[in-house]
Amino acid sequence: MDLKTSVSTRAIQYALAYLFVLVALYPIVLMVASSFKTNMEIFANPLSLPQSFSLDIYRKLWEVVPFGDFLLNSVIVSVTSVVLIAVFSAMAAFYVARFSYRWTGVLYFFFLVGLMIPIKLGIVPLFLLMKDLGLLNSLWSLILIYTASGIPISVFILTGFFRTLPVELEEAARIDGCNHFQVFWRVLLPLIRPALGTVVIINFISAWNDFFFPLIFIQEDALKTIPVGMMVLFGEYETDWSLLFAGLTLSALPMIVVFLLASRQFMEGLTAGAVK
Amino acid sequence: MANIGVPKRQTITPKGRLRWIVHLFPLPALIIYAMFVVYPIFSAFTYSLYEWNGIKQGVFVGLKNFLTLFSVEPFNTMFWNAFGHNVIYFLVEMIVQNGIAFTLAFFIYRKLRGSGFLKVAYFMPRLLSVIVVGFLWKLILNPNYGALNTLLTNLGLGSWAKPWLGDPDTALLAIILVNCWFGIGFAMLIFLAGLQSIPEELIEAARLDGAKGISMLVKIILPLCMPAITIMTIFTFIQAFEAFELVYAMQGSMGEPFRSTDTLAVYFYRLAFSSAGGGDVAIGLGSALAVVLFAIVASVSALSLYLMRKREVQH
Repeated sequence: MDLKTSVSTRAIQYALAYLFVLVALYPIVLMVASSFKTNMEIFANPLSLPQSFSLDIYRKLWEVVPFGDFLLNSVIVSVTSVVLIAVFSAMAAFYVARFSYRWTGVLYFFFLVGLMIPIKLGIVPLFLLMKDLGLLNSLWSLILIYTASGIPISVFILTGFFRTLPVELEEAARIDGCNHFQVFWRVLLPLIRPALGTVVIINFISAWNDFFFPLIFIQEDALKTIPVGMMVLFGEYETDWSLLFAGLTLSALPMIVVFLLASRQFMEGLTAGAVK
Repeated sequence: MANIGVPKRQTITPKGRLRWIVHLFPLPALIIYAMFVVYPIFSAFTYSLYEWNGIKQGVFVGLKNFLTLFSVEPFNTMFWNAFGHNVIYFLVEMIVQNGIAFTLAFFIYRKLRGSGFLKVAYFMPRLLSVIVVGFLWKLILNPNYGALNTLLTNLGLGSWAKPWLGDPDTALLAIILVNCWFGIGFAMLIFLAGLQSIPEELIEAARLDGAKGISMLVKIILPLCMPAITIMTIFTFIQAFEAFELVYAMQGSMGEPFRSTDTLAVYFYRLAFSSAGGGDVAIGLGSALAVVLFAIVASVSALSLYLMRKREVQH
């Protein structure tokens, strides 16, 4: 679009746009910078830059809380649930999009109802269910709830995508002697890769950052994920600000690194999931 | 808005001896989803109709839990107090978060240099876990050693420095503004997608008819952005009425100070998991509150989706 804009309007737009960059990024920069400061430095002047650079505080962090465990638990839970969501949702979407039995419409609607369910409101029955299944204090409780709550949006996105694919490819593969599973694995999964990317990103961010379910399901420190692990840190080392900032930085780091590697996919994936 | 024209529906009729196998495809998703999403929500509805002793289900009491929630002290006062905060949450986010987000989206739409960098920068806070956001800002807003008060003092605005989270007059607003900081990048992307989906010919035609500046924005661009604005309004509403994590991280499950930051979801958490109101956990009351909250969120999002569909058809 080419609208005439006066130079002064343009200048104001630039000023505001970059001012807001400062608002968005400064707290994050402050978090990282503060982690390299001693407590004395932080309390004397919260805004100053660190006097020296050392990773000692991160070594200390690793010693006082089982951060390695938290990180490993977060990875296990997020990766497993994202893989399960992607595979199961793709299979369900394939069925809904490609076959027209009397019940496929109802089935699709049943999945879509989940888009409107705020699952956290079912936390009491979920807690009792996990208790009965013996899954409290088990990473499986988290994997199952993330998988279940990620399925509706993923089935929705993938079904929409399947419907845009021509059916001839599958028929050709079938004529070549592939059975349904082979068609699905060898022909369709590679074709729906862009939509799978969206599904993976949306669900990975919400599983990685979730704090509510581990708060309820996991009591044992060694089984906590990073977000609830931070509560342990803030509960026990309230006055050691240097350590607290280091904990926050380390919690934020993995996601920021992944984001910087694939920022376009992240932003497109998240908004695609939202507006479709 | 990726509103790809819906192609003609193509389906397959399975043939051969093993055709029943296709019915296995939806099963894993269906079972997990039914067991861990549908069943718990359905149970929450039935739980609200029973009396509970701790985590033991008692006798059927009909709507007694709902009556208690709305007519017995302190439950009714706490409900309306929290409800009011959710409404403020929604309104402030609509004005501040979505207002700033739309403005920034509009700037980028008008082709500012470095728009790729701007988008990444605005989006960055959204990557943090809400609990990290809450704890980080708790440190920044600390009255003694926090960065914000120090910054204000350095700018000569020392009299503005406040114990933001300790003062019942500012605590809720502080939390909501932190939420805005977290959410602006995402809202901006939604609005930008909306702006970029406006056909250029329409803008050009309006310009030839003499629309410019503010009138172009209000009469042409905003109405054409309605789908994105509606979506963002629904998201903001749902998020505002489910607000829990940030309050919990920054002010604890009591909505300190003096319940000035309490929200319905935090109140729900107290009823269901910690002994609030003096007694034991109150699963019956908590479930009743969950049902009310569910009804609020689901009805508003269903209504706005319905209105949006209707408008889309008219276009």
